[in-house]
Amino acid sequence: MVKNIVDWIDARIPMTATYNRHVGQYPTPKNFNFWYFFGSLALLVLVNQLLTGIWLTMNYVPTAEGAFASVEYIMRDVEYGWLLRYMHSTGASAFFVVVYLHMFRGLIYGSYQKPRELLWLFGMLIFLVLMAEAFMGYLLPWGQMSYWGAQVIISLFGAIPFIGDDLTLWIRGDYVVSGATLNRFFALHVIALPLVLVVLVFLHLIALHEVGSNNPDGVEVKKNKDENGWPVDAIPFHPYYTVKDIMGVAGFLIVFCYVLFFMPEGGGYFLEKPNFEAANPMKTPEHIAPVWYFTPFYAILRAIPDKLLGVVGMGLAIAVLFVLPWLDRCKVKSIRYRGLIHKINIAQFTVSFLILGYLGAVPATPTLTIAARIFTLTYFGFFVALWVYSKNEKTKPVPTRVTH
Amino acid sequence: MKKLLIALVTLLPSLAIAAGGSNVHLESANVDFHDKESLERGLNLFQQYCSGCHSTQYQRYGRVAEDLDISVDDMRQKYMFTDAKIGELMENAIPPADAAKWFGAAAPDLTLVARVRGQDWVYSYLKGFYKDESRPFGVNNTVFPLVGMPHVLEDLQGIPVKQEDGTYVTTGGSMNAEEYDQAVRDITGFLAYSADPVKLEREALGWWVLGFLFIFFIVAYLLKKEYWKDVH
Amino acid sequence: MSNAPVDTGRRRFLTAATAVVGGAGAVAVAVPFIKSWNPSAKAKAAGAPVEVNISKVEPGQLIRVEWRGKPVWVVRRTDAILSELPKLDGQLRDPASEELQQPDYAANPARSIKPEFFIAVGICTHLGCSPTYLPDSFGEQVEGVTAGFFCPCHGSKFDMAGRVFQGVPAPLNLVVPPHQYVDDGTVLIGVDTGAA
Repeated sequence: MVKNIVDWIDARIPMTATYNRHVGQYPTPKNFNFWYFFGSLALLVLVNQLLTGIWLTMNYVPTAEGAFASVEYIMRDVEYGWLLRYMHSTGASAFFVVVYLHMFRGLIYGSYQKPRELLWLFGMLIFLVLMAEAFMGYLLPWGQMSYWGAQVIISLFGAIPFIGDDLTLWIRGDYVVSGATLNRFFALHVIALPLVLVVLVFLHLIALHEVGSNNPDGVEVKKNKDENGWPVDAIPFHPYYTVKDIMGVAGFLIVFCYVLFFMPEGGGYFLEKPNFEAANPMKTPEHIAPVWYFTPFYAILRAIPDKLLGVVGMGLAIAVLFVLPWLDRCKVKSIRYRGLIHKINIAQFTVSFLILGYLGAVPATPTLTIAARIFTLTYFGFFVALWVYSKNEKTKPVPTRVTH
Repeated sequence: MKKLLIALVTLLPSLAIAAGGSNVHLESANVDFHDKESLERGLNLFQQYCSGCHSTQYQRYGRVAEDLDISVDDMRQKYMFTDAKIGELMENAIPPADAAKWFGAAAPDLTLVARVRGQDWVYSYLKGFYKDESRPFGVNNTVFPLVGMPHVLEDLQGIPVKQEDGTYVTTGGSMNAEEYDQAVRDITGFLAYSADPVKLEREALGWWVLGFLFIFFIVAYLLKKEYWKDVH
Repeated sequence: MSNAPVDTGRRRFLTAATAVVGGAGAVAVAVPFIKSWNPSAKAKAAGAPVEVNISKVEPGQLIRVEWRGKPVWVVRRTDAILSELPKLDGQLRDPASEELQQPDYAANPARSIKPEFFIAVGICTHLGCSPTYLPDSFGEQVEGVTAGFFCPCHGSKFDMAGRVFQGVPAPLNLVVPPHQYVDDGTVLIGVDTGAA
């Protein structure tokens, strides 16, 4: 019976073939480690965001007058509305946690290198759209931080010469952030950007499965095939990585649900305190900080004592990641077989990024501004140094087979 | 890499100190969400002394009664001073425009104040009023300088007066210091509850979810281990 | 890959166990999504019982009150109307109110607590239109009957106890909502036990 249905479908669309190509018979390197959980987890969080997001729109009111009250209405009057809302708000932070870890994985194992440049570019586009999605979503609760955060970020576009002022006016649709801004951000947040995101995720996966997965050794498993044409260092994605990813999902959910149920405010980082106060265009909160996932870039913005250059610096900090595949001229992928200088460089980059993240979250003082400048330099220094040393880097011999 | 991480961890506190502002010292509120009698006393005090000007407009009377184990009749008779119905929002009796006229600004809604400012802030604020003749209402506040409201709990606490040595001496008031602390803790508790009414339910559910996930993790781990026996 | 023997029994058991536990989790996750569609506290507050003053209703008069967004009728029936009701039993689908379209205390010939006052949700049981009250001219619809309710949408007919006539599209009698008398002149619609 089942077989008949499957045959009937297979005669019309390549269902089984597609399943085998991407899951059942997808050759996956057998040496994936901890860092390889975050791709599937990002997919899980995406589904969570889509579902809870759809459900939130059922009671959310996208007007300046009604938005804040409607969020409290969801939190109090709608049955389990609080759970749906916290799933979405915690999910937003979780999204960035897993995406940053996923990107870090790509960084240390050279997953952006040839032939995976396009895969990396799609990933970077996902990251970019995700940032836009998060930024616009953060306006919707219409709290103080929503309002002033949007005000500040939109004003960044004002730094652009000649067209800046007109551009900010156009983005807001008003002289200040207002109901008009809220409406368009709502439309983009719930319809336009999710569609783009889903398409990009699809392309990201297609690109991945076309070239095949990298692995902690940076060895191309496709180069070593047995007599049946199956890569000797690969195992089928299903059942091996499905069961492993299910385990990863369970582990992730333990952490996720702990935050969701016991500290949904995330210590004031996931839901910022001033955002429990309705937006008031007459009064700025004492300390404006973006949500934690933007703080590294925000710190770079603040570190540069010039409006235009600050915006350029922040934009460059993200843009430079796009060209990473071409900045790294080394033929060896994994950090395991790269030179000491590369290990140090990645370590200093990680530290710089984390400290910038911290600096962007606290109020600026003269000492901290100097620190932010230093770490802004080391952040960009990573890319410059990489380009310089990777050409003639002293690397260790890469094994022909993956290690375990 | 590890060394750098350690260096980072040791560096962070010093950065935090450098970043520290001139925050006022706050006393700990020690709110207990399980102490429903305290929360009910807080509701009583809030309705008596605060609700004239401040609303808790995202909460419903019926929900508060249910959560704090107050019968509907008690809720109606003791704590509802407007002609609102039990299922309605705890909105304010004074129209905002009038309030603005009388006090210079409409009194803010306090449903979420404990989440905006923190419980300790609310507690310290309610204890922070002191005599200051230069202010319109004759009082100022240690944690909210230039506060724009009178000391409405004065007949309970009395009025603290700053001495030359910087300490405060409180005179008048029907409560002694200990009783007043408790009364203020009750109000803070009620406001903390109002800000996050689902806290107890959320945490209770949370333990079940975590328990379930723990079992799921174990099963998934065993399954993974079983299949990965194949992989060498 | 190795060729070591595989314990298929254990594998099957663990796969089933994971599927069952995971499936239970998925069902549990669906609960908040489904429950969030229930009426919210706001909707429930708006749908709270309605107190109606009936002391000024004239004999033969119908007043409408809104309860949960639906029209609820309160009709004061005259003795003449009440005496007419038993004679219609033969022309009705459910003369004895056997279908659960009313609370137990209204499952009587007059379908009410006090025979004088008939209280019903004014929504036709066919497709949800609100029937018209015809206090004098119902004879045009059913010969020999003075008063009744006629639904303009599809021609369903009900007598003065909200009982549906035979040969019309509506399948059931009109719904009698839960209600109780607070005192002689006041009825509370929407609740029938304890205080509201």
